[in-house]
Amino acid sequence: MRHFTMSSAARRPSRLFRNFSAKIASVPMILTALVVFVGGTLWTVLYSFTNSRLLPRLNFVGLDQYERLWATPRWLVSIENLAIYGILSLIFSLVIGFVLAALLDQKIRFEDTLRTIFLYPFALSFVVTGVVWQWLLNPDFGVQAVVRSLGWESFAFDPLYNSSIVIYGVLIAALWQGTGFVMCLMLAGLRGIDEDIWKAARVDGIPAWRTYLFIVLPMMRPVLVTTLVIIAAGIVKVYDLVVAQTSGGPGIASEVPAKYVYDYMFFAQNLGQGFAASTMMLLSVAIVIVPWAYLEFGRRR
Amino acid sequence: MRRILTAAVLAAGTALGFAGPAFATDLEVTHWWTSGGEAAAVAELAKAFDATGNKWVDGAIAGSGGTARPIMISRITGGDPMGATQFNHGRQAEELVQAGLMRDLTDIATKGKWTDVVRPKGLLDSCTIDGKIYCVPVNIHSWQWLWLSNDAFAKAGVAVPKTWDEYVAAAPALEKAGIVPLAVGGQPWQSAGAFDVLLLAVGGTDAFLKVYKDKDGAFAGGSEIAKVFKAADDARKMSKGTNVQDWNQATNMVITGKAGGQIMGDWAQGEFQVAGKVAGKDYTCLPGLGMNSALATAGDAFYFPLLKDADKAKAQEVLAETLLDPKTQVAFNLKKGSLPVRGDVDLAAANDCMKKGLDILAKGDVIPWTDQLLSQDTQKQKEDLFSEFFAKPDLTVDEAQKRFAGIISSAD
Repeated sequence: MRHFTMSSAARRPSRLFRNFSAKIASVPMILTALVVFVGGTLWTVLYSFTNSRLLPRLNFVGLDQYERLWATPRWLVSIENLAIYGILSLIFSLVIGFVLAALLDQKIRFEDTLRTIFLYPFALSFVVTGVVWQWLLNPDFGVQAVVRSLGWESFAFDPLYNSSIVIYGVLIAALWQGTGFVMCLMLAGLRGIDEDIWKAARVDGIPAWRTYLFIVLPMMRPVLVTTLVIIAAGIVKVYDLVVAQTSGGPGIASEVPAKYVYDYMFFAQNLGQGFAASTMMLLSVAIVIVPWAYLEFGRRR
Repeated sequence: MRRILTAAVLAAGTALGFAGPAFATDLEVTHWWTSGGEAAAVAELAKAFDATGNKWVDGAIAGSGGTARPIMISRITGGDPMGATQFNHGRQAEELVQAGLMRDLTDIATKGKWTDVVRPKGLLDSCTIDGKIYCVPVNIHSWQWLWLSNDAFAKAGVAVPKTWDEYVAAAPALEKAGIVPLAVGGQPWQSAGAFDVLLLAVGGTDAFLKVYKDKDGAFAGGSEIAKVFKAADDARKMSKGTNVQDWNQATNMVITGKAGGQIMGDWAQGEFQVAGKVAGKDYTCLPGLGMNSALATAGDAFYFPLLKDADKAKAQEVLAETLLDPKTQVAFNLKKGSLPVRGDVDLAAANDCMKKGLDILAKGDVIPWTDQLLSQDTQKQKEDLFSEFFAKPDLTVDEAQKRFAGIISSAD
């Protein structure tokens, strides 16, 4: 009896102090996460209910900022653009990335060279990408001018100057920049598949495309999830590409939510409105993430 | 190379330290004047300030006011204020003043009799909050100009118009000659500014003030303003095919005759001068679009953050006096292409267009501009509306006017 109490008394502090130095070392990171991320988020949400202008002040106005936000055409255009851009860039970068990876995986020659070429755009920042594609898509200098100079006089391709398709012009640039990276991730995933799986599939007489689709892809789930998270994070925060390529134009046709937040916080000197918009962005991310996280981690438990 | 540079800078620093008078104080001045002509103009201010024995530490921030202002504001609110900073006089720094971060210049103003020398009278009002003066206006920029390419009209075979209406009537001929009638760049402030100019020119001074000063939403949605939207619709059709972003690229279309004209502030004049064009011969300027000659008194001003350092505070006073000095005013404004804020200076070197502007100022036909009347928040909403209006032909005039009225009724 005495022996037991002693040992349990001795064990309790040991749990707290186990890996003590590691816990001490992680304190700054925990504090950063709590103060900067959680604290900053709560602060932003709180002030989104105020009428703060240039400087934050606690003068509550209820949901006014949100009412104004959802009545603003520019915000609605931003949301619509983000939805189009998001869904299409998710689909296309996954599909193109996977197809490129599968093609590279056929034990072809010059694989290293090709991989470098495909990955190269990823080394460029979004700002550079945006400027490059602004020139390429400019009707007076870019693709349209080149095709016209080859003799096809009526050829028209000026997405950046057409309100209804400008967001696809942005999408092209984003795909050009990002698919190489997706390809590399996918290629790593494909290389992780055991050779024996392929041999077994071949013995069973399953065609290659079916092996990819129904055997290899499901086995690549961890890689796919990683890729999905990386692409999704890139979509929600897209800002610099639009600023460099179109500055939101023509008119407000290629505006995105992150740009609305920045413009209203700093150009319009209306912090409350910017905070309301950023809170909505957080909310929309949460709506996507929470059910997914619930499914992903809830199932494992 | 780097070491040599450092050594040179150190040596220069020591030399200055020994050579300068004992009371020399470094004062950092931030501004967004970075284009060729602007930099030349600001160098005149620096020269004048250095001549007082102090030292102008240049803090130019590239990327125009939209980029520079957030940086300036966060430095002031973040506790790292500069010695002095540019803003457009009006309401951009209003909250900084209300938060007690800016220096009250009333004493210096009384000593320098600013209320007597600064012209037009309304100009100092936009530096005044609750009866105290917080900024030094350095120039007057007016938006209400139509710049026309004489070559383009010659090529189209029509006379250079004298009013907006004549211009609209000439548009088909220009189009037929392969010329874009009206250049409007893609930056949002350009389309919003063009509309404001149309409102003043087509609607008249009273309508302009009723909308932007009294913020009368019902009037803004009414039939009188519908006329202005009709004109804006003409402008939108005439601007089709501009395909450029920056204002100076649009101005360049007028300079090279690719576009018939542009509605732009008097800063566009600098571009014509750099290109070696002569007012009256190569290009024509119509203040107020030839309809309503009233000029707005927007422009630039310097604000002085409240500093603890007594020496720097003293240097701020010297700078404030220097900026309004008649000699500085002439040197600065000739390079900048803007009008001086004093009526008692000699501007013999001014060109035709500047003289037209000076005449209007002398007559006192001036109004406050939107920077002075509206908050930045309202300005931004207006920019969003008009950049959409100019870029999207299927946004109807009625719908745009309805939204405009909404912005005006909630404006502050």
